[in-house]
Amino acid sequence: MKKRIYLVMSLLSVFLLAPNYVFGMHIMEGFLPLPWVIFWFVVSAPFVILGVRTISKTFRENSNQKLLFALVTAFVFILSALKMPSVTGSTSHPTGTGLGAILFGPLPMAVSGLVVLVFQALLLAHGGITTLGANVFSMAIAGPFVAYFVYRIFKKTNLKVAVFLAAALGDFFTYVITSIQLSLAHPDAVTGVMGSMVKFLSIFAVTQIPLAIAEGILTVIIYDLIMNYQKEGGYQLEKIK
Amino acid sequence: MKRSNKNLLLLLVVVVLITSPLIFVKNAEFGGADGQAEGVITEINPNYEPWFSPLLEPASGEIESLLFSLQAAIGAGVIGYFFGLVKGKRESNSKDNSKVKKA
Repeated sequence: MKKRIYLVMSLLSVFLLAPNYVFGMHIMEGFLPLPWVIFWFVVSAPFVILGVRTISKTFRENSNQKLLFALVTAFVFILSALKMPSVTGSTSHPTGTGLGAILFGPLPMAVSGLVVLVFQALLLAHGGITTLGANVFSMAIAGPFVAYFVYRIFKKTNLKVAVFLAAALGDFFTYVITSIQLSLAHPDAVTGVMGSMVKFLSIFAVTQIPLAIAEGILTVIIYDLIMNYQKEGGYQLEKIK
Repeated sequence: MKRSNKNLLLLLVVVVLITSPLIFVKNAEFGGADGQAEGVITEINPNYEPWFSPLLEPASGEIESLLFSLQAAIGAGVIGYFFGLVKGKRESNSKDNSKVKKA
């Protein structure tokens, strides 16, 4: 019993003594109630499993694509580490998952995104283990799916524009989903889910607009370079989904 | 326009896009958007207590930036490896071709 009191007290003191608590742009550790934690884990798990399958199938077909896949995952690593200032006077970071969704389809990005989110949750206290399911869904599933379909729709019109819109909208939608997830878990007492959604959207989505544009442009640049070296890399972009 | 110039120009647009808030948005704290979301949660639901805390926390802001830069460095390293490799392949291919032509 004494031990338990001690544990509660020490946890409390952590909260009280650390006002500058380190949080991530993803949903913070402990900020989703348990039912929602379970819900998002259950929703995300099948995508991750299918993602692993898709990746191993892609590698079996053409082992040259391992290098390209390492590149798109590295792109997620680098972009999601860059916290950038925005017009709202706060910071957020891009996701980098659009590029991979364009080159490999949306499913493999569930795995790349998971790796980055685990890294950030365990080492950086950025996001969290309890909120991992929800964060994987927004950044590594919903964002890439949006990016993939936007790319498919516009690629015949103009390839560069398609890549830009795919990456930018995928990035933007990641944070729209984050806002929806938060408002479902924390509906406003008076105005309900919609009321709190407006509040969360005004924080996450507005901050994200310039960053989404930046991610779109950066993705166009790297896509152009990847396209330029198709022969040497041993991959053909048109044959990749 | 040459492709490399075009890409440099695009990169410049990104730099302007990201640095302009620092210049034009006055009196901003540039804290994380997530911290603000936390504020909204406590406003909507004052009784909400985060029921789980991070297992490991960076010991300070410096350690945090160390880990963030490590993350970016890993990414940058792999990207540099990729383009170094394919560029090297292209150069050695073109050398081989020129040798064949001379012979």
